[in-house]
Amino acid sequence: MSDTPVTPSAASPVVERPTTNYGLDHLRTLESESIHIIREVAAEFERPCLLFSGGKDSVVMLHLAVKAFAPARPPFPVMHVDTGHNFPEVIEFRDECVDRLGVRLVIASVQDDIDAGRVAEQTGPRASRNQLQTTTLLRGIEEQRYDAVFGGARRDEEKARAKERVYSFRDEFGQWDPKNQRPEVWSLYNGRHHQGEHIRVFPLSNWTELDIWSYIEAEDIVLPSIYFAHEREVFSRDGMWLAVTPAVTVMDGEIPQVRTVRYRTVGDASCTGAVDSIAATVEAVIAEVAASRVTERGATRADDRASEAAMEDRKRVGYF
Amino acid sequence: MAAYSDSSEMIRIATAGSVDDGKSTLIGRLLYDTKSIFEDQMDAVEATSIQMGAEHTNLALLTDGLRAEREQGITIDVAYRYFATPKRKFIIADTPGHIQYTRNMVTGASTADLAIVLIDARKGVLEQSRRHAFLSSLLRIPHLVLAVNKMDLVDYDESVFEDIKSEFRDFARKLDVADLTFIPVSALHGDNVVNRSENMEWYGGSSLLHHLEQVHVASDRNLIDARFAVQYVIRPQATEHHDFRGYAGRVSGGVFKPGDEVVVLPSGFSSKIASIQTADGPVDEAYPPMSVSITLDDEIDISRGDMLCRPHNQPRVTQDIEAMVCWLSEASSLQTGAKLAIKHTTRWARAMVKDLQYRLDVNTLHREEGATTLSLNEIGRVTLRTTLPLFVDEYRRNRETGSFILVDEATNATVAAGMVLSP
Repeated sequence: MSDTPVTPSAASPVVERPTTNYGLDHLRTLESESIHIIREVAAEFERPCLLFSGGKDSVVMLHLAVKAFAPARPPFPVMHVDTGHNFPEVIEFRDECVDRLGVRLVIASVQDDIDAGRVAEQTGPRASRNQLQTTTLLRGIEEQRYDAVFGGARRDEEKARAKERVYSFRDEFGQWDPKNQRPEVWSLYNGRHHQGEHIRVFPLSNWTELDIWSYIEAEDIVLPSIYFAHEREVFSRDGMWLAVTPAVTVMDGEIPQVRTVRYRTVGDASCTGAVDSIAATVEAVIAEVAASRVTERGATRADDRASEAAMEDRKRVGYF
Repeated sequence: MAAYSDSSEMIRIATAGSVDDGKSTLIGRLLYDTKSIFEDQMDAVEATSIQMGAEHTNLALLTDGLRAEREQGITIDVAYRYFATPKRKFIIADTPGHIQYTRNMVTGASTADLAIVLIDARKGVLEQSRRHAFLSSLLRIPHLVLAVNKMDLVDYDESVFEDIKSEFRDFARKLDVADLTFIPVSALHGDNVVNRSENMEWYGGSSLLHHLEQVHVASDRNLIDARFAVQYVIRPQATEHHDFRGYAGRVSGGVFKPGDEVVVLPSGFSSKIASIQTADGPVDEAYPPMSVSITLDDEIDISRGDMLCRPHNQPRVTQDIEAMVCWLSEASSLQTGAKLAIKHTTRWARAMVKDLQYRLDVNTLHREEGATTLSLNEIGRVTLRTTLPLFVDEYRRNRETGSFILVDEATNATVAAGMVLSP
């Protein structure tokens, strides 16, 4: 502007610009941004926690949290919202992971809410505990008095998420109000809130599915085995391969068969589909993701298919 | 989606425009032609297009459409889009330009490396185009691209493009734009978006995508003034790291190396950098935007909000701030005498608005002296007095150490974005 002429400030004598090319590649830039966010939260909130499902995004997020505070441990616990409808490989991985990293695991169980009558379990062959998780998540946050909750959501996943801030303010009911979000400028995050309110924090906001996999490869991050091609008994429903597990009822006309599949996302076993794949290594998965023509949620999540605004509606009432 | 090469850079782009200038179509075209749109997303867009009775698949729908927006006729201020080519990863902050343009653009564009402002070739340079260009220069986005769209509707006429170019250049002289590029495009037909157009042989420049892939952004960062705001002090409880005390943060400017002499603000104590640590081991140097932790030779009392810099190159330590502020709140307005919370780097303080020197008319760039308030979307020059000293640089010199937010202490809402000027 005209009233701010270019004058180096008195304290800044002219120094020659270094001639080497100081640049970070995109993965290191994303990593640095995420670490910055995680450290801001640890510094400014009293009781943060990190949501950890054992899914690849939460594994990457936890890996970043460990890197952010090395050689100390992350100064917050992790919480798993447990639907009880898990893939056993993932639960085993979860326990091994928190042991190895020395973080404390808090489990908020959907079964507890069902038993206490706070939610009613859906019935019928298409019953899913996906919707019920919101109650359990919010109860966990309230009981533990968490004021900041890290989530692994990415903006490229879904269009409601594309419009959410890194610091997502939640009122005392855990609600997200998309049209009343705090402006988020530069890297100046505003985490101020009143008692009972909290902030959901998404350090992976700017990562894409391909970034996540490229980073998993670069950092040699261990994932649950179900992300890689394996044989599994599945049946076709709504154009997805659902696993035959105690969490689902196979209906008439649905024919179980053994196929070579892998999972692109890991959620509740009752609504997360597998895809046909022979990608058995991270490298092979990256090649597959790079060539994929369907989004990961579109390919594998029945919960998003309920309506065009399924994610948005769930987010508004407090979902991840 | 294209796989990355090993060393692809990331670039942040802001787009601003109104409903009619084809911005959504342009972004849709970039995503579509770089194969960044997935079949299920395309299916949803096609289904909605048919339902709305559109003749063609409406690429604009790729970027629109929360239920809240449809039902209430509003547009969420900023949506983020991602695409990649083998050369670069792109983040687009897409901001609607028709309502609350200042707030939207400030929110979406504060960290952008490059801004794309769209102009409808039939309409020429409008008040809104000037406004967007002005805000880009105010936010000091280093690169500005004027995309003259809908060239198909003016028969790809070179003279139309040249007229717009010279008119805009006249206006841009009043602004501080370091790098200005003009590209004639047709987002609808894809001319000069990804590939060079055969309909405009007279145009000798790059396609938009080629320009976005080539524009040099690494040198936009300040590598001269070493600035490191302490975010967090890492002190492991484990015995093996008992003596470790690392000052964690992200470099905001300059280059730090082990052995460098540093001064700690506000205490003024000096020490030497013992090591620069990351979880992957020590590094030889740290520069923006690296997140590292720094250990020092001496035990000094340092906490969050302190800043490390070099002895002969320090930011201004001051409680009196001159700044341009953009008011972002619908619910309140800036009043002289008001007290607000202020966040600058990793430091919170309270600020009192001592003076509103003038309000700036973003259309005419006229200064309205005697203004007493700033309301939503208004920009003005203010004088603040803070309860604690802040360590500031001019915004034009460093976007991180020259920026701050103001927060309403009762509602906790972020009410203003500020850019530090020279005193």
